[in-house]
Amino acid sequence: MIKSHLARVTWVLRGLHAFVLAFFLMTGLLTVGVAIGAFAASSAWADEYSDALAGLAAPAFNDKVAAIDALARLGDERATPVLEAMSDNRLYTRKEDGRLVIGGTGRDIALTDAATGEALGTATSRDLTRINVNNALRTALGGAIGRLQINNADPAKRLAAAETMARDRTPEAMALLRDALAREKVEDVRAAMALTYAKMSLTSTDPAERLAAVKEVSGRLSSEVRALVAPLAATNPDGSFAEPDPQVRAAATGLIARIDQRLMMTELALNLFQGVSLGSVLLLAAIGLAITFGVMGVINMAHGEMIMLGAYTTVVVQQLFREWIPAEFFGLYLVISIPAAFLVAGAVGVLMERGIIRFLYGRPLETLLATWGISLMLQQLVRAIFGAPNKEVSNPGWMTGAFEAMPGMVLTYNRIAIIIFALAVLAGLAALLRYTPFGLQMRAVTQNRNMASAMGIRTGWVDALTFGLGSGIAGVAGVALSQIGNVSPNLGQGYIVDSFMVVVFGGVGSLWGVLAGAMTLGIFNKFLEPYAGAMLGKILILVFIILFIQKRPRGLFALKGRAAEA
Amino acid sequence: MGTFKGGIKAVALGCAVAVSALMAGVAQAAEPIKIGVLHSLSGTMAISETTLKDTIMMMVDDLNKKGGLLGRPVEAVVVDPASNWPLFAEKARELIEKDKVSAVFGCWTSVSRKSVLPVFEETNGLLFYPVQYEGEESSRNVFYTGAAPNQQAIPAVEYLMGAEGGDVKRWVLAGTDYVYPRTTNKILEAFLMSKGVAKDDIMINYTPFGHSDWQTIVADIKKFASAGKKTAVVSTINGDANVPFYKELANQGIKATDIPVVAFSVGEEELAGIDTSNLVGHLAAWNYFMSVDTPENTAFIKQWHAFTKNDKRVTNDPMEAHYIGFKMWTQAVLQAGTTEVNAVRQAMYGQKVRSPSGYDVVMNTNHHLSKPVMIGEIQSDGQFSIVSQTEDAIKGAAWSPYIPESAKLTADWTFPWVCGNCTEPKYTAYAK
Repeated sequence: MIKSHLARVTWVLRGLHAFVLAFFLMTGLLTVGVAIGAFAASSAWADEYSDALAGLAAPAFNDKVAAIDALARLGDERATPVLEAMSDNRLYTRKEDGRLVIGGTGRDIALTDAATGEALGTATSRDLTRINVNNALRTALGGAIGRLQINNADPAKRLAAAETMARDRTPEAMALLRDALAREKVEDVRAAMALTYAKMSLTSTDPAERLAAVKEVSGRLSSEVRALVAPLAATNPDGSFAEPDPQVRAAATGLIARIDQRLMMTELALNLFQGVSLGSVLLLAAIGLAITFGVMGVINMAHGEMIMLGAYTTVVVQQLFREWIPAEFFGLYLVISIPAAFLVAGAVGVLMERGIIRFLYGRPLETLLATWGISLMLQQLVRAIFGAPNKEVSNPGWMTGAFEAMPGMVLTYNRIAIIIFALAVLAGLAALLRYTPFGLQMRAVTQNRNMASAMGIRTGWVDALTFGLGSGIAGVAGVALSQIGNVSPNLGQGYIVDSFMVVVFGGVGSLWGVLAGAMTLGIFNKFLEPYAGAMLGKILILVFIILFIQKRPRGLFALKGRAAEA
Repeated sequence: MGTFKGGIKAVALGCAVAVSALMAGVAQAAEPIKIGVLHSLSGTMAISETTLKDTIMMMVDDLNKKGGLLGRPVEAVVVDPASNWPLFAEKARELIEKDKVSAVFGCWTSVSRKSVLPVFEETNGLLFYPVQYEGEESSRNVFYTGAAPNQQAIPAVEYLMGAEGGDVKRWVLAGTDYVYPRTTNKILEAFLMSKGVAKDDIMINYTPFGHSDWQTIVADIKKFASAGKKTAVVSTINGDANVPFYKELANQGIKATDIPVVAFSVGEEELAGIDTSNLVGHLAAWNYFMSVDTPENTAFIKQWHAFTKNDKRVTNDPMEAHYIGFKMWTQAVLQAGTTEVNAVRQAMYGQKVRSPSGYDVVMNTNHHLSKPVMIGEIQSDGQFSIVSQTEDAIKGAAWSPYIPESAKLTADWTFPWVCGNCTEPKYTAYAK
């Protein structure tokens, strides 16, 4: 066999790839190391490898797919970094000699030869032609990398490979996985491989294997598994069963019923989480207004702009961090932004109160118009300073991504952070009102101004500081809201209507009313949205609030007693 | 009869030229030619439209450096309709009747275009509209330099249906709730059904302008996609609602290799506010990308950076459309020898411009351009890598063949049709 092969070397070079492949599969020489001793074979091997590598740079999509497939089948570990580079858009051909190179990141691209791994100095993007990949190629690359790494020495890589291989249901992949599974010693890698293998063998021709596969996947009640098992429980158009074996069918039907039950539960839990999350956003937006409107009775149309100022403060702090602070502390910019936003928005609030609003107490219509004017001026001011386009706020690392609490229930970190933050702000504010002298004075002034004044409280300054506090808290809300939405000059307008809605619904003047109002509206909205859609959902909420206010004009938690009459 | 009419036209045209030449001579040799710029510089649309105003200013500046038009300088009259749709109509009337502008470059949303349309038709003005839109319209007074659905939406969906796009079988059509997404989705739904996609495999979802809480919708998309068939999202979400949408996609771990999102209103400018490292592979369909590698584009970007004195500014498709529209208008005025609307309109047909995308773009008699279609994937640097592009320019169709009532209509503003929405030529009798 080897002799005949030697004679054909030249032919092999011209592309009898299939023959060589069959030869190697047959003899089981799956690593280059074992191939020593057969010079011709190794050179043919090398050629096939470099042919396949060169194929990656082919202009046509189908040729690229074929080359990736060939590399995966060759099983040469050297291909892994090349395929990874290609997937990350870092694979180039050099313009001067057409050599396939892997590029580093940065302005001056450090090059290494894709075939040999030899360092080739640096180049700029002008000297290189990038090899374009698209989603389909990226999927193929993922599958190929998975196949190449399923026998990797690093268990983490094997685990990742086992997971990516789930999408690749070719017989070759199955055979590879079966061997890897037989050798695997690390428990969780083994489990992942077994699960992937089971997913693949759901379509096996052997009923016993299918049954085992159904049993294996039944440990994971996810919608992905449901989609995989569904064909086994389906009926054909003529009423017969798609699955001939009754035992497999029964197992599949039982599993689907269990998954459906679980999915219903997760959906309910997910809706609840999303509702609480929306509620916490509403809560953050409305807390400041609960002070300025709820406690002081000022119809503050510029409340949204205080939120916007807080968000822009975050942008500025972020920019300062980028320029002055080492990158590893970048995530801390949010922590600094919170007091900064409080001070900026609070100061603007105090200025507003001293400069304009105090002359308008007791004249709600004028207050409304004046604060609306201020809101327009603030928007234009910000537009003049920062420009009309949206500002980019990047989430710190710990706020991006999500964790899967159970299959199908994905909780994103930024939402969780905002829920906690909103509750913390509310608790802090409640403590301030309840336990500090300033809180006492504030309550005294709102409940009976004349008496408070007679007791020596400087009511004017208490008014200013109260308004400043409400505005400052709105600014703090802006820091949080900049993490989930847009930072633009008209950011505030999106929240002003919602804020008033929450305060009026919850009960003017009551912090707990704001909490209850925000959460009720949030959860109600999220349970309505899947049925009514986002658009109609919003309208229904508004209708509900109008009807509710008809019945209870003072909201959920109405203040009772003399304070309410004042 | 035809020659008689043509004769009158020629005489009228000659008079117009003579009068304008006379006026120019009498008043002052350098009486400026005025053009109107009708883009929102404040309000929600300012984000996108401000750049377009700057593009026209750049083109005017460039033209004046070359010596102006017909020996006269060109002056841009800039007004701010403030993202307020009725104000668009008022400002348009002001431009045409008070400032006597020769042409107007403006509008972004279809609502604003629909609002100014009656004004332009009544006063016989000329509007150059640079944004991709839903089609189903062809006015004698508007030149549409953006893409019609057959130059953007349909090719994008066809790409995803093919092997290169991933053989998509299940579709989510998500859009903002107004005329452009609704009409586009109607066309797309009809198109998908004609390709044998079952109704159960299409999910349609609308959200209000500026929608910010995408948790439910993204979770719904995930659920819809878990049915075992390859799923893609076709997004006609407009404006800054895209930022939280893409953030939510990234946070919930939806990768482009699992569920690709193809967007029709997201370009380089919109991505400038997002960290795109988690969005690599999601798609957009346009007729131009900043990453197009042609000498024309390099020159265009260089000119833009020099004009704005900022080499970080990105270029995008509607800017290219304005570039083409302005060049065509210049050429048409030179050809007609006048800025008079009827003469310029006639000269526009067949006008050819070498566009930054590297194609010869031609104006057709249905007032739409023949442009190439490109599909790009988002890169980590906020640019697009072009993964598919048509060989030739595709002619924009005003009326979609996939909607039964519009399939019957033809737009052609030359003889014998002379009509934007007719089932048969207006002057059949004369054609015999």
